[in-house]
Amino acid sequence: MISRIYTGVKVKDSRENVYMKSWASLGLSGKLKNISVVDCYALDFNFSKTELQQIGSLLVNEVMEEFSIDKLLLKNNFDFIVEIGYLPGVTDNVGHTTKETISDLLHIEKDFNVYTSKIYLIGGKVNLGDIQKISSSLYNPLIERGSITKISKENIQNKSISLPLYIPKVELKKEEPVLKVNLNISDEELIKIGKEGVLGNDNIPRGPLALTLPYMKAIKEYFGKLKRNPTDIELESLAQTWSEHCKHTIFANPIDDIVDGLYKTYIKGATNLIRKQKGKDDFCVSVFSDNSGGIIFDNQFLITHKVETHNSPSALDPYGGAITGIVGVNRDTMGFGLGAKPIANVYGFCFGYPDDTRALFRDKKLTQKMLSPARIAKGVIKGINVGGNCSGIPTLNGFVKYDDRYRGKPLVFAGTVGLIPRRLPSGILSHEKEAKAGDYVVVTGGRVGADGIHGATFSSTTMDASSPATAVQIGDPITQKKMSDAIVKEARDMGLYNSITDNGAGGISCSVAEMAKECGGAIVDLEKVPLKYPNMEPWQIWISESQERMTLSVPKNKWKAFQELMESRGVEATIIGEFTKNPKCIVNYKGKAIMDISMDFLHNGLPKHQITTEKIENTYSEPKISKKYSSNFILEELLKEENISGFSFISQQYDHEVQAGSVLKPLSGRGLINTDAQVFRPVLTSDKGVVLTSALYPSYGDISTYHMASCALDTAVRNAICAGGSLKHLAILDNFCWCSSNDKNRLAQLVDAVRACYDYSIGYGTPLISGKDSMWNDFKGYDEKGNPIAISVPPTLLISAIGVMKDIYKTISPEFKNNRDLIYVLGETNEELGASEYYKLLAKKGNNNDIGNNVPKVDFKKNKKIYEALESAIGKELVTSAISVTSGGLAIALAKACVGGMVGCNVSIKNIRGDASTSNSKLFSESQGRIVVSVSPKNKSAFEKMVKNIPYTQIGKVTKDSKFTITDGKNKIINTDIKKLSTNYHSFSNKMK
Amino acid sequence: MKNTKVKIIIMSGYGLNCEEETKFAFEWAGGNADIVHINDLIKNPPILQNYDILAFPGGFSYGDDTGSGKAYANKFKNHLSKELQEFLNRNTLVIGICNGFQIITNLGILPGALTFNKSAQYIDRWVDLKAMGKSPWLDGIKDISLPIAHGEGHYVIDEKEYKNMVKNKQIAFTYTKGEICEFQNLEKNPNGSVEDIAGVLAYNGRVLGLMPHPERAMFIHQSPLWQKNKGKKSNKEGAGLQIFKNAINYFKK
Repeated sequence: MISRIYTGVKVKDSRENVYMKSWASLGLSGKLKNISVVDCYALDFNFSKTELQQIGSLLVNEVMEEFSIDKLLLKNNFDFIVEIGYLPGVTDNVGHTTKETISDLLHIEKDFNVYTSKIYLIGGKVNLGDIQKISSSLYNPLIERGSITKISKENIQNKSISLPLYIPKVELKKEEPVLKVNLNISDEELIKIGKEGVLGNDNIPRGPLALTLPYMKAIKEYFGKLKRNPTDIELESLAQTWSEHCKHTIFANPIDDIVDGLYKTYIKGATNLIRKQKGKDDFCVSVFSDNSGGIIFDNQFLITHKVETHNSPSALDPYGGAITGIVGVNRDTMGFGLGAKPIANVYGFCFGYPDDTRALFRDKKLTQKMLSPARIAKGVIKGINVGGNCSGIPTLNGFVKYDDRYRGKPLVFAGTVGLIPRRLPSGILSHEKEAKAGDYVVVTGGRVGADGIHGATFSSTTMDASSPATAVQIGDPITQKKMSDAIVKEARDMGLYNSITDNGAGGISCSVAEMAKECGGAIVDLEKVPLKYPNMEPWQIWISESQERMTLSVPKNKWKAFQELMESRGVEATIIGEFTKNPKCIVNYKGKAIMDISMDFLHNGLPKHQITTEKIENTYSEPKISKKYSSNFILEELLKEENISGFSFISQQYDHEVQAGSVLKPLSGRGLINTDAQVFRPVLTSDKGVVLTSALYPSYGDISTYHMASCALDTAVRNAICAGGSLKHLAILDNFCWCSSNDKNRLAQLVDAVRACYDYSIGYGTPLISGKDSMWNDFKGYDEKGNPIAISVPPTLLISAIGVMKDIYKTISPEFKNNRDLIYVLGETNEELGASEYYKLLAKKGNNNDIGNNVPKVDFKKNKKIYEALESAIGKELVTSAISVTSGGLAIALAKACVGGMVGCNVSIKNIRGDASTSNSKLFSESQGRIVVSVSPKNKSAFEKMVKNIPYTQIGKVTKDSKFTITDGKNKIINTDIKKLSTNYHSFSNKMK
Repeated sequence: MKNTKVKIIIMSGYGLNCEEETKFAFEWAGGNADIVHINDLIKNPPILQNYDILAFPGGFSYGDDTGSGKAYANKFKNHLSKELQEFLNRNTLVIGICNGFQIITNLGILPGALTFNKSAQYIDRWVDLKAMGKSPWLDGIKDISLPIAHGEGHYVIDEKEYKNMVKNKQIAFTYTKGEICEFQNLEKNPNGSVEDIAGVLAYNGRVLGLMPHPERAMFIHQSPLWQKNKGKKSNKEGAGLQIFKNAINYFKK
């Protein structure tokens, strides 16, 4: 029997006003009058009346809440009910918690489930059409269901209503567990299987394998030698392991004359060279081989960093995509060495513009509508919020960029910094791990469901109508937090396992096969894997990417202790097999071998192929500089631009102070400007700190991806130095998000960008310690009229930096602070406005694409001297503030520094160094390597002594009035005030709140 | 005066997450703190007798599912009601910070309840507080600035009970317009709490629950004002540490 318990708030519910406001903006026919939000818990178990009463009391705090059983009480005049619940099989976190609470109270051993839904009671002058609008704004049909009920007069008289007793229980049909796939077929048919997937019993393809013909042929050949056809699970397993997502084939294969491929030649090549050059000062400990990159923090600890992307899932289900992105990369931290503790999260979003309301569809029949950029942004921002906040990890560094070309697929970057003692209590090095033959294969954490199937292969293709909805998962941060605490705070130091890795792309098919490399092979009994519901097919169990799972190798004699610990922490742990010497990956299902592939073929069997590129030079018209726009106007307009303005609406909803190490926060100063670098203190007994930055210039890539990459790297480095970081202890991470990776021009652009990473990381001596690529950020679909439309992201390279600071008390924030402080600009301002924010603004106003060609170029030899000088000056505490000059140029840097301190400035740009000739190029050029610093008058000569060998100019002073004045020596070219600049800087964020 | 250190038990498990920094704060203040998982306490309830102070730290127990603090409080009540009563009957102290505050209101040892912020959104910022009540936790504290980070910090209480609380000096802290609000031009009450209440007391001031995080203000560098005032104070100690020191001193008197 099913019962429903409804709980509601007796006091004023703050959420009602928020909904009222948000729904009114949907364009309803009449006015809303009453809204009430009620939570519903549906229980599929025969509870007695007394028990239901007991359960009801558990679910409310009597001070402010009340409950009712089976009847939904109508205390006000409402006209409609909208109920939003999950679809079958979608993770219902609240349901799980409620079940646990009920079982704990009533000591129920039997299996039952709790299914939650949210009920919105709505009253007012609104019709069914309005309610449909409201309803569809509340749920995502890929994971949720919505239903609308009209409230009758009778209901109102009775002051209650009974809603249908439905529960979204998963009921899978029992299928033939394993299919043989005949590969003795034509090439066309092989291509079809590779693209669309294995045909199921129902003759419907099961979803993309992303295996091209050469791959399919290699598989055919391998099984030909074995004189048999592969099973479905073998083919699915190979597809996971060989996916672009897992094997990074574009970076691994020979490309043009680069025989060893981009990764080995340039990425690993740069780091190896830098390490050699650093000699005994090399701080890299574990790079490229593990789930995150690890560097030295101090004598006792290592810090790790990894940045992931979760673009494709975030396009379909923004909230689920982003939350699984962040909790997923948390597991990359737990999976570093023997388990690092997550200590900071970072994020980055590339969205379409929030006011873009064009409808896009994935299918020609226009039934699969893409979510709008505003909706995607809202869900993604919330996903990172819940993932980080619930896990007790501060969310520090972040950015948001907007471009029309992120409309088809957004980019969602999520990263995590970890901390691990260099040696564990037993004396062993924490970054070394090795599964031993004879160890149990153990999975911990969440259970496996049909969610997250084909995630790895899906993200390796273009998104279109065939993109599988099952690729979407919902995260459950608390299940993961329990597991994380039990592993990195207890089991690790007790020495209860020999190796650990996370379950991400490809699920256990990838994690087990990966760990098996450490000892030889593995044998798994698939029916032992704990499932969310019965009747899943073996291939699904093997590749499902259900969240919150780690795979460990536990020695037999430690299993009991491990199991007891996990049980006492509320974490499920199960033996599913054994690691072996035999170099094979064998999977049994109910006693029958259903997969038997040699480890060598699984990992090295994918054929190499030569990639070729073809470069196309892009040239743009130089913009017509109109007299219409004064410098003053341009500055004020630029500050309002989404790519420049503040985003406190995001920063403030992320807990950035948990773990108590906060030093330089995401928002700084009186005027709460977003900082370009954040500093925190990971070990509270040490004064050492960690500095985090990130940078990207996707617009520069329109002109040159080489300069796009060098500028991003230069900015990430510069931002770190400005906050007090050191070039001697700074590492870099690369995230390539490319598009159309079969297009030779796009590949040529990739080679250029990778070369720049090589040149500039060596130039600055900043090793690349971890990276990730996502090569297919393309959307193919239809517009409102059914016309085909293709949108690809601009080639995007995110560079993140992580550095260690000797003394957090020397951290510098970006805003100006004191009246009469001297303002300096370090570095040269050149005529480099190509693809600058200023030129993009002109292009937008002129409705053209005249972004010029003079993209900023980086001279690392010159810049390195500047950074070293600044580093010394900060070390000697001669600098009061330092802000990096980035998008928008010098004028924007000055405006942000003033808004941050809510102080004025009086500046002349007449004598600044460099070849910029006009006032506007001096103000808005985006030349790299520049920093605006403020210095107390008493430190003037000491500071100038430190910078005497680098280009610098004292350009003015901080003033205590609110005037913001810039002259060209004679004339005031900018004359505005801080209040105006502050309003503009915060206007976008205030709109988004 | 005791010759052994004051002993603190800090609860953990199921998504609580501020236990390590809370331990650090208590130990810096001179105490000896143990982090104990709720299941270990349930397995061995008498260990509670070894402690002088019981701390429920901040976090996201059970992900706030079914309402913040509720599920953790239910579990605690189901298994440890008697022991909690015995603990309170002794001359002990209890503190609940943020999620810990939400837990102990759900346990029923503090009046009132906490619901969604008026913005219905999670917020991380600093607030200014005025210390009002009578409690060993508040010795020597008048005005203090601390950070908050919560989605459900809106304190509700009915009027009659509020009056009683005022009379009994049970309002620990109220949000006020002070240094931080002045500095960053922020409204004083971040979440819509009734009568600007940020923290409350019970059991003669021995039990304190508060939404702001004193452990996130134990170092000078944690304050948003630090950069501006750099060099003016050489002390590395932040204002929040006083609350932990007060607790330790209570047992040394």
